[in-house]
Amino acid sequence: MTESTVPTALWNRGAPDIESAVYDCRQVFAEELAALARRDPRVVAVCNDSVGSSNLVAFRTEFPDRLINVGIAEQDLVGVAAGLANAGMIPFVSAAGPFLTGRALEQIKADCAYSGQKVVLCGQSPGMAYGELGPTHHSVEDLSWLRAIADLAVLVPTDREQTRAALRWAHATVGPAYLRIPRFKVPDVIPPGAPCEPGRALTLRQGDDVTVIAIGTLVSRALDAARTLAGEGISVRVLNTPFVDPLDDDAVLAAASETRAIVTAEEATLSGGLGAAVASLVGQHHPVPLRLLGVTGFAPTGSTGFLLEHFGLTADGICRAVRSVLSPAVRESQP
Amino acid sequence: MLTADAAVVDHYRDLRRTVRDGHPAHALQELRSMSTAVRLRIVNMIDQAQLGHIGGDLSVTDILVTLFGTVLDVDPDDPHAPGRDRLILSKGHCAAALYATLAHCGYFPVSELATFMAPLSPLNGHPDRRKVPGVETNTGPLGHGFPVAVGCALAATIRDETWRTVVVLGDGELQEGSNWEAAMTASHYGLTNLTAVVDRNRLQQGARTEETKALEPLAAKWKAFGWEVREADGHDHAALIDALKPASTGKPLVVLAYTVKGKGVSFMEDQAEWHHRVPDKRQVRAAIKELSR
Repeated sequence: MTESTVPTALWNRGAPDIESAVYDCRQVFAEELAALARRDPRVVAVCNDSVGSSNLVAFRTEFPDRLINVGIAEQDLVGVAAGLANAGMIPFVSAAGPFLTGRALEQIKADCAYSGQKVVLCGQSPGMAYGELGPTHHSVEDLSWLRAIADLAVLVPTDREQTRAALRWAHATVGPAYLRIPRFKVPDVIPPGAPCEPGRALTLRQGDDVTVIAIGTLVSRALDAARTLAGEGISVRVLNTPFVDPLDDDAVLAAASETRAIVTAEEATLSGGLGAAVASLVGQHHPVPLRLLGVTGFAPTGSTGFLLEHFGLTADGICRAVRSVLSPAVRESQP
Repeated sequence: MLTADAAVVDHYRDLRRTVRDGHPAHALQELRSMSTAVRLRIVNMIDQAQLGHIGGDLSVTDILVTLFGTVLDVDPDDPHAPGRDRLILSKGHCAAALYATLAHCGYFPVSELATFMAPLSPLNGHPDRRKVPGVETNTGPLGHGFPVAVGCALAATIRDETWRTVVVLGDGELQEGSNWEAAMTASHYGLTNLTAVVDRNRLQQGARTEETKALEPLAAKWKAFGWEVREADGHDHAALIDALKPASTGKPLVVLAYTVKGKGVSFMEDQAEWHHRVPDKRQVRAAIKELSR
């Protein structure tokens, strides 16, 4: 999309105060799922012994017949959901991100996407939310795996507002979708009422020098970095793409032509996620200098906060990436 | 999406009415004729495509013909009716048998079978629900159909609806762990509206199941997983009709249908090499002659 179609209110509103309270999104996931279930008798929750970790205890109390727990069996989990969808239910599958996507990858492909079954796959605690538990429990490959599957929407909500919007969109749409439900606490950064639609990015801050495209936990950090860089005279555009697939090609290509460079930031591996999607698009249509921030290799031991620092997935890391991506351009502009 | 063949649908409805009145001899003869017609189609389809899983197709034919011919409450004119019975062919490599059966029940014109696996045909080598009416879920990789069938049966239970779900499993397929995950879920939720049929031909792609990774004692395994177990000759329509009557024990039902891989073509019967071998022209003629008797 072009800038002119973005509601100006979104970027004129100004950046939020990141010193304000932070929230994990699992509570709003549970609240919104229950709200959808109250309105629509087709909504069912399907989980794998994850009633507690998916925040579904209250859902089970309110809708005892509409909470299916298949036990520790992820292939069964996704297959059962596809069967429920076949019979006209709207299953919301909730399980830890790494196991939902990795163990049931073929079921996601064959039973949901290729079969055209409307299943909403909710990967809980994605990225490196289970920091110290190690790479077996990190869901950083999910975006790469699922982006490669046709006819499956891939969403990474950022905060409470976008999580709610993503669930509502997934409920209302026709086909299957994967939603990453953040556990790492972030402030409210998405303006109320902001659209959450396929192929539609949000310009959260206008800027002319560099565009930072950020998703999930990195959005508030990108806004923080943009404020810091503004003090250095660097004007940063902050673009949020709640849909990693389908991406907003127009907004990304507009950023490539209107700003001098692009930095992407995601709590995911660089092998196939947001950065790879942006690089592929820009490289084919409008090459500009790029810096991709994300996870490389298997993470060392450490908390989520430590690991985000380790991989440069912080406001400081984004600042460094912006300065470095600009430096050749800056040199060229000097006599 | 393919559309129903009206003339065949009428004939199909008559057949079902007759069999439901207690499978009289002439109705069973109709089912046998349909099985023969389906087997002849399978040989022709595989000959034409020069691809296919002929051994398993001929093994599962009588099971599919019995199900679509009489047992299932489905309407080829309205293949997506919400209250229809669901049939899921988990052994999706036997798509030819499913397509031929669906065509002979009127889901789409029999002439369409000639496009099997041809470029841009809706009849892919494995079933595609977005292109072929009567296909409930896309199978092919083994171990997928059973969990989907459990989800269908759960949906009917949640909504207090009376329709039934049947899943047809290959016996070699039972080596996939996802089936046993599904078997546990089905018995845990007491899905009396779910029936599994195992095409027990004792052969898989490379060798006998018992040489590859033994399944026996298979009935005891299903019983231990909380299922009512019945056994039947998988080539006897009357026996299958009786075995497929809904369970009354409060448990999901499994029918171990004892079959012969390559059934009906003597030189293919019970031979592992005919899992997906394509017959040459002389063998095609011999098979057609034998099946036409």
